[in-house]
Amino acid sequence: MAKHYQNIVIGGGHNGLVCAAYLARAGQSVLVVEAANEIGGAACTRELVPGAKVSSGAHLLHAMPADLISDLGLANHGLSFSAQSIKTVSLNADGPAIVFDGDTVKGEDVSAEDEAAYQRFNADMQRMAKALRPVFDKLAPEPSIETWAERLTLLGLGLRIRSLGRFHMRELLRIIGMNFYDLLDEYFENRQLKAAIAMDALLGAEWGARSMGSVLTYLYRLAGYQRSKGLGLALPAGGMGAVSQSIAAAAKAAGAEIRTSAKVKSILIENDKASGVELDDGEKIQAGRVISNADPKQTFLKLVNVDHLDTGFIRQIRNLRSRGRAAKLHLVLKAAPQFKGLQEADLGARMLIAPNMDDIELAFNPCKYGRYPEEPVFEITVPSASDGSLAANGQHVLSAIVQYVPYDDSAELDANRAAFLKTILQQLERYAPGIGKQISHAELLLPRDLENEFGITGGHWHHVELVFEAFLFNRPVPALARHSSPIEGLYMCGAGCHPGGNVMGIAGRNAANQVLKGGQ
Amino acid sequence: MKTNTNNNQRPLIERPIQETAFYPSYKHLIQNDNYEEWSGYTALASFACEGQEYFAVRNTCGVYDICPMIKYDISGPDAERFMNRLVTRDVSKMLPERVVYAVWCNDNGHVIEDGTVFRYSATDFRLCCAERQLEWLEDSSIGYDVSIADVTEEIAGLAVQGPVSCRILKKMGFTGVENLKPFQLATFPLHGYDVVISRTGFTGDLGYELWIDVKNASDLWESLFSAGKPHGILMMGSEALEMLRIEAGLMLVNAEFMSCFQTVRLNRDRTPFELGLDWLVDFNKGHFIGRRALLKVSMKGLSRKLVGIDIDWNKQADGALIYDSKDASKQIGEVTSALWSPILKQNIALAYLDAPYFDGGKEMWAEVYLHRECMWERKMYKCRVAQRPFYSPDRRRLTPPNDM
Ligand SMILES: Cc1cc2nc3c(=O)[nH]c(=O)nc-3n(C[C@H](O)[C@H](O)[C@H](O)COP(=O)(O)OP(=O)(O)OC[C@H]3O[C@@H](n4cnc5c(N)ncnc54)[C@H](O)[C@@H]3O)c2cc1C
Repeated sequence: MAKHYQNIVIGGGHNGLVCAAYLARAGQSVLVVEAANEIGGAACTRELVPGAKVSSGAHLLHAMPADLISDLGLANHGLSFSAQSIKTVSLNADGPAIVFDGDTVKGEDVSAEDEAAYQRFNADMQRMAKALRPVFDKLAPEPSIETWAERLTLLGLGLRIRSLGRFHMRELLRIIGMNFYDLLDEYFENRQLKAAIAMDALLGAEWGARSMGSVLTYLYRLAGYQRSKGLGLALPAGGMGAVSQSIAAAAKAAGAEIRTSAKVKSILIENDKASGVELDDGEKIQAGRVISNADPKQTFLKLVNVDHLDTGFIRQIRNLRSRGRAAKLHLVLKAAPQFKGLQEADLGARMLIAPNMDDIELAFNPCKYGRYPEEPVFEITVPSASDGSLAANGQHVLSAIVQYVPYDDSAELDANRAAFLKTILQQLERYAPGIGKQISHAELLLPRDLENEFGITGGHWHHVELVFEAFLFNRPVPALARHSSPIEGLYMCGAGCHPGGNVMGIAGRNAANQVLKGGQ
Repeated sequence: MKTNTNNNQRPLIERPIQETAFYPSYKHLIQNDNYEEWSGYTALASFACEGQEYFAVRNTCGVYDICPMIKYDISGPDAERFMNRLVTRDVSKMLPERVVYAVWCNDNGHVIEDGTVFRYSATDFRLCCAERQLEWLEDSSIGYDVSIADVTEEIAGLAVQGPVSCRILKKMGFTGVENLKPFQLATFPLHGYDVVISRTGFTGDLGYELWIDVKNASDLWESLFSAGKPHGILMMGSEALEMLRIEAGLMLVNAEFMSCFQTVRLNRDRTPFELGLDWLVDFNKGHFIGRRALLKVSMKGLSRKLVGIDIDWNKQADGALIYDSKDASKQIGEVTSALWSPILKQNIALAYLDAPYFDGGKEMWAEVYLHRECMWERKMYKCRVAQRPFYSPDRRRLTPPNDM
């Protein structure tokens, strides 16, 4: 007789794996079914050409809680870092670069005032991110105050914010809904400096520095640095896939089973309760609970038969914003690239191309109308500079996030991709003269390609845009905010849940806790 | 948009008020200009005298123009699945050429509306209701192979109600119409076009509803009124209908409840249970919209419920609050619709009562305000839970009707 599992996790993205690991450690039987032939989802390492590998989705680890890494013993399961707390270098095509290292910033054109302002800015933002951390790290609170547990959670949050003191609490409430552009203007003079900081609020988002709410995503990012306790911006040895592999190893060691190349076609529901999954090939697997690591749109608009859902709920899910705005560029280079103004020793740093905040805004504008930017903004890493395992024979791999691109599924996708790649390479050439001749292989993944590769609707970084209307108890929609769903036994554990995306595993861990509590 | 013009061709007012397909045929019968707006159409509160119109339905035949009823045609391979998820009762058991009364809810189990579901075939349904809700239906159709069309402006309807209604229809040549059972429908030919006749209505009496293409409206109306004339057929307005439906114990949207789409205040939404429509909620048919919420609600006891009540004396108890005692120490309910019933000679009302009062058997008092010679008087009258429908003659159910 076919095996009956207590839990099936749909999707072996890092959150699905974290969830599986925690469940297995609690003695539950768990099967993870992953559509792709590799686990990891958007936290994955893939071979580009023989001898060159790259993190094909996320490429920097900066948000994973230190206690999750130690809890699951990831170091014992193969996780190590080729670099930690790497610097950020904002490149300049015509002048000196700006280097961010810890809480200092240096650059020929950076004034002493700006250097001091950066210390102040950092201290202010860190303090606020710290006050908000329980919001980001814990299960979304209930908006109600019916039970004592709920009252205490909200009270705790209130106290935490109160503990900022009167001045900082006011300041937090003043800036939280603000746009980052104006906030940065309050602190700094140097335009390139402001743009570099702004990028942290904008990567993966569908907005520019002038959009409301961009301060929230910045604090979200800072909270990530804080919880990873000193890892800073880290490069896992072997690429991002190594993170997922180590979580998978921890899950397996605890007894979880993992199947790849097993795409779920539908979630089985019996007597209004999730009872298993049916795979693409018709195989049915029974389980007491089903936990979906897939994004909410896929889960509820494709995997669950609409007969089981209410119209208001479907409306909310359909209205979720999931238009991916980030593209991914992968280059295999015959030799080390030469970036203007970059010390050779800093090739392993995170590089940004974002001359000033208006350029970011100008890059953002076209995607609103379905067009590609003429001068996109970039976050670039050359992981092979610190990790020789990624590229053999003196080659290098370059991995870059290119913002902002439209979600394009038109018939011209191939032509548009080729044209945009040309735009990108032309721009890179200005910052790294000669790089074009070094390229032996180039790959550009547009949101539509990311959607195909990772099974994420819209190819969105956070599955669902990280915005106020889809935040806390509204993330992704109220009925899913605490990992359970309108259907008994069906849970959610991916980036679409509170608190949101990035490689950090919080949604997976919170989901496992809720499942174990039989949570509502 | 219709522009009303005076003789100088100067627009007086612009109103989104449309004439129904029958309006040109009956407008010569309008004696007192007692108009009202109904879903964007010009409708009549009464033609001449609402009492006379009411008695036509109870004694001969009254005709009500139901063109403004909102009608949605729902067709396609998944129509049955779609309908069964939409409404709370099981429509998969419905045979073709049947009509059922149904209610539908939002996710929270709050009533959107009640209305009638017509089933024409395995794959064709029609939903008749009072409020427009195409958006809800369309959003509910995501994932289903169905098409939804608002046919309100294409289908004209007449309610032909009263003891001699069947006789008049037979006289018009609708042979076999007498065999229609309550909530059954059939298609009949008339002068080269089709008339769908359903044995349905909102009066609690013997009666039928006739459905046709709007272009045949004047022919149908003329035929009906020439056949009905010797039998005392009469056009009627909404005031007469209001009396009839209260006697029949039927609830009305915006009187007994508001659609959850329209409520603003908390606690104004209603579940089917509060409306006394438990019999329309089928938890065993599989999922339907609002099922999980209703299941939760059904585990708890009801705190209030709509019931029929009967009040002492003969003063219509419009808007009366209901108390536990004559000195009005605790309010336990309120009247939503009230009527001094001409046929029953009884003072009846639909009212919400708190638990446990809705089960009956407890002392209750209605606080009625009377306006007498420009002064208000407050009266307390004893009242009690009464059987609904208040009025339900045998002819309502008898097939064929005994009208020879
Ligand atoms: C271009 C890009 C760059 C990014 N860069 C960074 C970065 O540098 N740092 C960072 O922290 N974050 C980054 N992110 C965000 C981060 O990658 C994601 O937020 C995170 O990986 C989401 O993890 P997850 O486990 O919740 O979901 P996913 O990684 O999306 O995993 C979902 C899994 O479910 C599987 N699946 C889906 N449907 C089915 C089905 N029907 N049957 C079976 N399996 C199914 C998928 O194949 C996938 O493996 C980036 C994202 C993108 C798109």
